Amino acid sequence: MKLELRGITKRFGSLVANDGISITVEPGEIHALLGENGAGKSTLMNVLFGLYHADEGEILLDDQPVQFSGPGQAMTAGIGMVHQHFMLIPVFTVAENVMLGHEPSRFGIIDLDAARARVREISAKFGFDIDPDAKVEDLPVGAQQRVEIVKALSREAKVLVLDEPTAVLTPQETDELMETMRQLSDAGTSIVFITHKLREVKAVADTITVIRLGKVVGAADPSASTEELATMMVGREVELTVEKAAARLGDPALVVKDVNLFDHLGRKLLDEISFEIRAGEILVVAGVQGNGQTELTEAIMGLREKVHGSIKLSGMELSHAAVRHTLDAGVGYVPEDRKKDGLVAEFTVSENLMLDRSVSGPFTKGLNIDFAYRDQFAADAIDEFDIRTPDGETLVGRLSGGNQQKVVLARELSRDLKLLIASQPTRGVDVGSIEFIHERIVAVRDSGVPVLIISTELDEVLALADRIAVMYRGRIIDIVPAGTPREKLGQLMAGVAA
Amino acid sequence: MTQTLAPEAPVVGPVVVAPRNWKGAIVMAVVAQITLAFALTTGSVEVFFSWNDTGQPAVIPATVVDAQLICLVLAVIAELCAVAAFVFVGMRRKAPLILTFVVAFTFLIALVASVAAGSQSGNIPVVFLLTGTIGLSTAVIFGSLAGVLGERVGVTNIAIEGQLLGGAFTSAVVASVTDSLILGLVAGMVTGALLSMVLAGFSIKYLVDQVIVGVVLVALMIGLTNFFYSAALSGNSEELNFPGTLPFLPIPLLSDIPVIGPVLFDQRPTTYAMFILVPAVWFFLFKTRWGLRIRALGEHPLAADTVGINVNRWRFWTVTVAGLIAGLGGAALTLGSIGPFVREMSAGQGFIALACVILGRWNPFLAASAALLFGFSRNFRIWAGQAGSTIPPDLIAMTPYLVTLIAVAVLVGRAVAPKAVGRPYVKE
Repeated sequence: MKLELRGITKRFGSLVANDGISITVEPGEIHALLGENGAGKSTLMNVLFGLYHADEGEILLDDQPVQFSGPGQAMTAGIGMVHQHFMLIPVFTVAENVMLGHEPSRFGIIDLDAARARVREISAKFGFDIDPDAKVEDLPVGAQQRVEIVKALSREAKVLVLDEPTAVLTPQETDELMETMRQLSDAGTSIVFITHKLREVKAVADTITVIRLGKVVGAADPSASTEELATMMVGREVELTVEKAAARLGDPALVVKDVNLFDHLGRKLLDEISFEIRAGEILVVAGVQGNGQTELTEAIMGLREKVHGSIKLSGMELSHAAVRHTLDAGVGYVPEDRKKDGLVAEFTVSENLMLDRSVSGPFTKGLNIDFAYRDQFAADAIDEFDIRTPDGETLVGRLSGGNQQKVVLARELSRDLKLLIASQPTRGVDVGSIEFIHERIVAVRDSGVPVLIISTELDEVLALADRIAVMYRGRIIDIVPAGTPREKLGQLMAGVAA
Repeated sequence: MTQTLAPEAPVVGPVVVAPRNWKGAIVMAVVAQITLAFALTTGSVEVFFSWNDTGQPAVIPATVVDAQLICLVLAVIAELCAVAAFVFVGMRRKAPLILTFVVAFTFLIALVASVAAGSQSGNIPVVFLLTGTIGLSTAVIFGSLAGVLGERVGVTNIAIEGQLLGGAFTSAVVASVTDSLILGLVAGMVTGALLSMVLAGFSIKYLVDQVIVGVVLVALMIGLTNFFYSAALSGNSEELNFPGTLPFLPIPLLSDIPVIGPVLFDQRPTTYAMFILVPAVWFFLFKTRWGLRIRALGEHPLAADTVGINVNRWRFWTVTVAGLIAGLGGAALTLGSIGPFVREMSAGQGFIALACVILGRWNPFLAASAALLFGFSRNFRIWAGQAGSTIPPDLIAMTPYLVTLIAVAVLVGRAVAPKAVGRPYVKE
C-alpha cells in the first residue's frame, strides 16, 4: 500500500510540532524517518494514526484521501503501529493482547483457541517463538515488541509504523528486528521506521527522510555517509566526541562492594555489584535500558530500601543513609527522568535551582528564604549554563527539555561536590546542549571529583568514559577500558561475557 | 495524551530470597487462640444444631453436642492449621488458602456454639443464621458487583451508597404509587443508572475527581431522600410508602431439600437475581469480548484506544450498567426485604460493598464471599442479642470488625487493582 502525507501541520499552542511535512512511502518500501528527539517524528505518526488531529494537510492511501478520527479507523484502513511505549496490557496474555479490539467470538463469547491459532500462525511466518498463553509482563522486552508486531499484522496491516523500535533492544535484538523488517517488506508491507540512530538507518532503509524542528530537511540515500546524515539531522557539523585530556586519577573515592538489592517480593534487582571510582575519573555504566542501572543509582542515593552491602564515599558509609544525609555528603544527582524526579514543573526556574536547599545554607536567612541571594544565584546560573528562559520567574515546565536539563545540572553542580551521579544526562536534549553538558561533566571530573554516568547511548558512553562498566540483568558483567570497540560492548550488553 | 506506560522495575534475577510474610500466619495463630479461649470458657453444656426452618415440621432431628467438647475439637484444628501456616512460611512457601478458610470456619462455629451454650435454650438455628446472612448481604453483593464493574473499567464509584439509597427510595415510592412491584424494581434500577450517568458524565467529560463526585452524590442522595421522606412520605405513608414486598418463590422440589432448600431455593426474586448475577458478571468480565475490553480499559486505556476502542464511551456505558445493578440492590432493601422506605436505610452498605470489591480482588465471586462474611457478622449480632448470651454484648458487637480485620489481613496481601482505576482518560 502506498502512503502519502501532504503538508501535515500540527500545533500545540504556540509550538509548531509539524510544519508542512510531506512524505511518500511506496509499497513494500522501508522508509526511515530520521530526526533528533523532539524533531516531531512521533507527533507526525500520531497524526497519521488518528491519535492527534492535524491542523492542516491530508493523508492519502493508494492515492485516496482518508481521514481518521481515531486509531481504530487507521487500523481498519491497514495502518499498524508499534509504539515506542508498548501498547500492551501487562496482565493479559499474548493472545488476549493480540485479539483485543477484534476478538474472534461466537455470541460474544471469546473463541480463545482461534485467537491462539492466529498468534501461532503469524509467529510461524516470521520465525517468532511466542507462546500465546504467556503473560506479557513476564516476557522480555524484545519479545514484547514481537507481540506488538504480531498484533499489528493480525489486523492485516499494510503499512507498519515502528516508532523508535530499537531504543529498548540489545544490539543483537536490533539485528533480529531488522531481519524481520526486511521479511515484512519482501512480503509487500510498507514500513515507516522512525529513529534517530544513523547506523540502523543506513543498514536497513530504502529511503530516508530527515526531519528537523518539525520540518522536512530533505531526503537522503542510504549510501550517504554517517557524517552527512548527522549534519542534516542536527543542522550543523556535529562533534560526537568531547575534547578531554587524560584523566588525572586520585585515590578510590566511591567504593561499592557486594551490593544486592531486592524488591518487595524478594526478587533480585541488583546482584553482587562491586566497583570503585577514583577521584577525577568518569565511570560510565552502559547497558540496555532496564538492566538495573536505575536501581543502582537509586541504591546509592538512598532512594531504595533493602540495600545489602557497602557503599562508601571517601570512607563514609552511605548504604543505609537517608537521602538528606547523602546529599549533605556532597553527592550531586541528575536523575534519569528529570520531569518526574529532577524538577517541579509548576515551580519557577529560580525555585527549582534551590529546590533541596531550603533548610539551611546560603539560600536561607533565619526561617526565611534569602530571596535576594536566590535571585542573584538564578541570574548567575542562567548566564553560566546558558539556560534559554525569559527570566528566573518562568515556570520550569515551560522550558524545552535541554534547558530543563541545564537547570538540573546547574543546581547539582553548584554543590560542594564530592561525587556526581548523572543518569541519562542528555536524554531528550538537543545536540547543542549535549556538547555543553558533556563539557561540564568533564570539567567536574577535571576538578578531581569522581563521576558516575549511566547511559544507554553508545555514542555518549564512548565520548565520556574513562572506564566502562556494562550491566546486564542486574549484574556488572565486565568493566572495560575506554577504547573498547562497539562490537565488544554490544556483546557485553547482550550478556555475553568475555 | 497524558498517559504513558511507566516502565516497570525490571526483574533481573531469579527469586533468590523469597520474603517471609508472617502476617497471615500470625493472624491465624491469634484467631486460633481466641477459639481456644472459647473452649476454655464455655461450660460443658449441650447445644442443639437445629437443621429446620422455624415453624416447619422437623425433617431432620437436631444434632446434640457438648459445647465445650466441640469448641475444644475446633480449637485443636485451628491450632494445627496455624502451626502448619507457620511451617509453610518458615519454609518460604505460601500457606495454602484452605488453611485460612478452615481457621475462619472453626472460629465462627466455636463462636456460635459458645454463644448458644450461654443462652437458655442452647438452640442453634442453622437455617435462620444462613438465610439471615443472605438477606443481609443482598444489597452489599449488588453494590459490590457494581463496584467490580466500575473499577474494572477504570472508574472508582464511591457513589454506590447513594445508588442503593436512591434505588431503595424510588422503588418503594413508585411501587406504592403504581401498585406494581415490577415498575418499582425498574424505577430503582433507572435511579441507579441515572446516578451512574451523573458520575460518569462529570468524571469522564468534565474530569472532576471521581472520588469527589462520588462523595457529593452520596451526600446529595442522603439529603434528598431525607427531605422527601419527612416532607412527603412520613405524612402520607399509606399512599406513597406502602409498596408491599416481592413474594417468596419457592422452587419446586429443590426448596424441599433440608437446610439448603430454605436457604437457597425459597427466596424472593431479587435474591434469585443476585444468585444469577454473580456468576453472570464473572462470565461477562472474563469470558466475553466485552469483558476483555472492559478489563483492558481499566488497565491501560491508551492501549485500548490504539486498537480502536472508544475509551470514554465504553467507560460511560459500563458504569451506567453497573448503576442498574446498584439500583436493583437498592430495591432489594425495600421491595426485596421490608417493603417501605426508611430514612438512610442503606446505612453504609454501599461503602462496605466497596471494601468487598477490594477484599474480593475485583473478582465477582470473591467480592460476593466477602459480602456474605459481613452479612453473617451482622446477622450473628442479631441472633446473639436475642439468644441472651453470657458473652458481653459489646464483645459480640465487635465481631463484624474482627472478621473484617482477619479478612483484610489474611486475604488482601498485596491487592492488585486495575492500573488505571480512578484516572480520567484525556487525549489531544
